[in-house]
Parts: sequence; structure tokens; C-alpha cells
Amino acid sequence: MIGYLVRRILLAIPTLFVMLTAIFVLVRLVPGDAASVILGDQASAASLAALREKLGLDQPVHVQYLSFLGKILTGDFGQSLSSGRSVIREVLLVLPSTIELTVAAITIGLVFGLPLGIAAALARNGWVDYVSRVVSLVGLSFPAFVSGILMLIVFSIQLGWFPVLGNTSGAGSFAERMRALALPALNLGIIMTAYVMRVTRAAMLGVLTEDYIRTARAKGVGPAQLVVTHALRNGLIPIITVVGLYFGTLIGNSVLTEIIFNRPGLGKLIIGALNARDYTLLQGLMIIFAICVIVVNTLTDLAYGLVDPRVKYS
Amino acid sequence: MSTADTPVAIQPGGLWLAFTQNRLAWVGLVLLALIVFIALFAPWLAPHDPLEQNIVARLEPPSAEFWLGTDSYGRDVLSRLIYGARISLFVGFVAILIAMLVGTAIGVLAGYVGGVFDQLVMGVLDVLLAFPTLLLGLMIAAMLGASLENLIIAIAVTEVAPFARVARAPTITLRQRDFVEASRSYGCGPFRIMTRHILPNMISDVVVMSSLWLASAIRTEASLSFIGLGVPPPAPTWGAMIREGFENILDAWWLAVFPSLAILVTVLALNLLGDALRDASDPRSRAR
Repeated sequence: MIGYLVRRILLAIPTLFVMLTAIFVLVRLVPGDAASVILGDQASAASLAALREKLGLDQPVHVQYLSFLGKILTGDFGQSLSSGRSVIREVLLVLPSTIELTVAAITIGLVFGLPLGIAAALARNGWVDYVSRVVSLVGLSFPAFVSGILMLIVFSIQLGWFPVLGNTSGAGSFAERMRALALPALNLGIIMTAYVMRVTRAAMLGVLTEDYIRTARAKGVGPAQLVVTHALRNGLIPIITVVGLYFGTLIGNSVLTEIIFNRPGLGKLIIGALNARDYTLLQGLMIIFAICVIVVNTLTDLAYGLVDPRVKYS
Repeated sequence: MSTADTPVAIQPGGLWLAFTQNRLAWVGLVLLALIVFIALFAPWLAPHDPLEQNIVARLEPPSAEFWLGTDSYGRDVLSRLIYGARISLFVGFVAILIAMLVGTAIGVLAGYVGGVFDQLVMGVLDVLLAFPTLLLGLMIAAMLGASLENLIIAIAVTEVAPFARVARAPTITLRQRDFVEASRSYGCGPFRIMTRHILPNMISDVVVMSSLWLASAIRTEASLSFIGLGVPPPAPTWGAMIREGFENILDAWWLAVFPSLAILVTVLALNLLGDALRDASDPRSRAR
């Protein structure tokens, strides 16, 4: 296990290095240069030169690159141009609401997706299976902002069940918070449910035809125990992968959801940085996302090893 | 049917299987044909000019003259929707074509060369694959600036990784097959082996998946247009139309609802079709 762990973590390092280089290059691809884009056409030569110096753009490219890498290694992801706060601080300020939203969405996805997927697999080609497949495909086809807007129109505006403006302050009583969280969480949760259901169905179908399931059935193992302890245990690997891989999509979808429901969070932070042409904040956010994705990817692979001992030795 | 060591996906008649076994594939195909038809013949189908402003008829609800209502400039929503199909399909299609070319090249190269190069390329692609498609597209589009070309580049980059993954797997199996070994012993160079011997044997795998990823590309296009990084106004894009509808959500529901449905139907059609094609190309899932 230790060897597998070390090997997997060692693989993450060159990957991170390549990603960081890609981000560095991408930011240098800005037409003109970052300073002229940030300050606009009307900026004076003096203020341009001052900002270039502040951003280090007056240095040769290889010096910029080395200081870029060096700062990241020491945990410095830059500062927001508009607020002057460090990128880390900006992220930490909004992170709790994004975590609240994503945890709620993953919970909804697992609570509904797992049983529905198992039910569809057990009733293969029956009407339950058919309906659930169509419903999950519809769920997967909704861009998050489309489903969000439709929910907003129906539940907030037409029926008046939920606030239209959402939880802008992050304060308020627990009940108010939950009421503001309900629609955004449901919006992401439905898409998550569709994903989990599809992969659970496919995984269970793969496992249910295995010999050891037939053996267990022949031994007289009851249907509930058969599904939970025999089939699901082995079907879990692809499900874990999907939840792990879905993390990225979930963040992307939460950006759109946060805009629609006017929630604070990473999404609104990114859009704000975009509109303010705050390139240093955008670059810092990209770096943080890249690191997060690599960490989650590595953790997902490690979780494989825990669930399926065979993976460790391959 | 294909044996375990033949990675070739669709056998002659395999494509047909997608449609005989899966009635939903027909639904997808008919819907898609309809949308392509609408996009191709937009000038003849649209009742109004999509850019024509009419200050008197601002934010009109659906009526006999404006079937789906008008927007805040008095432009006909139906006509904009019809022209919007052109942009969505064009951007999605071109982006997927670029992603397919670049992704397949990377995948075949990584699979053929193998070793450390392969591991590093796949490591990066895995991260790209897990990186939020929307955020990646958003960052690239934001850095390059909003325009049609940059939008296409941004979306293409987000779809390169899946193509490379699908191209790499069969390449690794094909590399060790006897006919590749034989052509190598004849003195074939690596470029010729990759393009003449490996590519034709795995390209159907790649093409099959492109329908699903076209759906994803169109979704990304709509999302970026919604955020304001799409084709600049006044071009009628579905995403930007929804944005406008969102801003007027309290008094003009039709602005957001109809383009939302257009995106949903388009993506669903491509997903239905792509799902059926993938099932037909994979003998394991066909048995189910």
C-alpha cells in the first residue's frame, strides 16, 4: 500500500508542473499584455510602466517563469488587483458557501442516485429501467444554468415558494439559510443524481452477471444482502470514479448556479474577477483549481486502492 | 462480431444496430435532423429579421405576429432562436472537429510512443479531463478576448482530452498486432504506421464518441455565451438570449424559457444519438 501511495503521489508532481506551465503560457497569451488590458486604452505610458513593474512584466520571460513557480512553491498565489487581498484570502472568504452547496448536491445525488440506479439494474429493460434511463439522460442534457432558470421561474416567481434573490449576505437564521440553499442544491443535485444513477446502473449490471453473485444466490443469500454486501461493494469502484471525476463538473456547474441564484461562492468570485479584468485573481484561481483537481484525482485513485485491493498491485 | 483483440468498433451493419435496437436513437436522429434543417434554411424559415429592432414592440408576450414574443429591443424571439441554431451548431461542430484532429493525434502518438512520454501526456490529460470544462473554457475565452474564433478555440481545448483518451487505448493494442509488426519489418516509418495502419483501424471509435462530445461542446458554448464570453452581440446566440431573459426574468418569462428549451432539445438529441451509437459500438453494453 505504501509503495502504491508513493508512486501515485510522485506521478502528481510532473503533472502539476505541466499544468502550472500551461497556466503561465495562457496568461502570457493575453492580446497586448496584461497591463494594457487591465488599464484599458486610455492609460498613460507611466501608469502602464508602473503596473508592468508591479506585475513583473518588465522582466525577461524566464525570470518571470522562475519567480512564478517559486511563489507558488512558497504558497503565494498572488493578490487580487481590485481588492488588494491575497487570492487565498479571497477564496477562503467564499469557500464555505461553495462547500455548503456542493456537499448538499453530492448528498442529494448519492441519496437518490444510488437506490434508483440499483433499482434500474435489478429491473433491467423493465419500465422502471426505461423511465429512469430517459430521465437521467434529460438530467444530463440540462446545462446547469438552463435548469436553474427554469426552476427559478417555476418555484420562486410563479409559485413563490423560495426567495428570488437567494442568500446574498450569508447571514440569517438556519431556516432561512436552508430555504435559500434548497433550490440551488436541488438544481445541482438533480444533475448529480442523473450521473450517479447512470453509473450505478451500469456498474451493477456488470457485477450482477458475475459468477460469484450466482454462487451467493445459490447459497441462499437474500436479495437485500446480495445487493448490498456482494454486488454493491464491487460496483463501487466506477461509482467512486464518477463522483471524483464529477467534482470538476460540479464546480463548473456551481459557477452557473451561483450566478442564477445569486449566491456568494467561487463562481461569483470568478465572474467578478472576469468583469473587473482582475487577471492576477483569475490566474491565482486557475492555479488553485488545478491543484485541487490534481489532489482530488490522486485521492480518487487512492480510494480505488482501498476499495479494490487488486489495484494496488497493478 | 468483434473478438476481444479487435478494437475496431463499428462493423459493417453495426451502425444500423444502433437504430434497430434503440428506438430512442430515432428520436435523437429526427430531432437533430430538424435542428440542422432549421439552421440551414434559417433565412427562409425566420418570420422576421433577427437583428431588426422595433422600439414600439418591446418585451411583447407571444402573439400571432411574434409567436414567441419579443425581447427588450423589440426583436422577434422566434427568428433569433432560428438564427441562433446556426451559431450553436457551427461553433460546436468546428470546435469538435479541431478537438478531434488534435486529440486523436495526441492520443495515437502517446499510445504508439509509450513509456514516460505516454505517462506524462496521460497525466496532464487526466487533469484536463477532471478540470471543470466550463472553467477551462472560461479562462481561455477570458484571456483571449470574446470573439467567434476564440470561443471555438476555447471549446476545442476543453474537448481535446476525451478524444486523446479514446484514441490512445486502441493504439496500444494495435501497436502490438502482427500486421503492424509486419509493416515495421518492411521498413515502414512510425509516421506511416500511425497514419496508414493504426488510424484507419481505430477512427470509428473516435467518431462514435464525437456525437456525445458535440453535445458537451454545445452546452459549453451556451454557458460561455450566457456568461458573456460568447459570440459578441448583436449576434443571436441561445446563451446570450437566456442571459437577457434572466435579466428580465420577473416580467418576461418567454425570453429565457424558449432558448432554454432549444438548448435542451439540441443537447438531448445529440445525447440520445451518441448513447445509441456508443452502445452499438461496444459489444459488452449491447448485450445488456
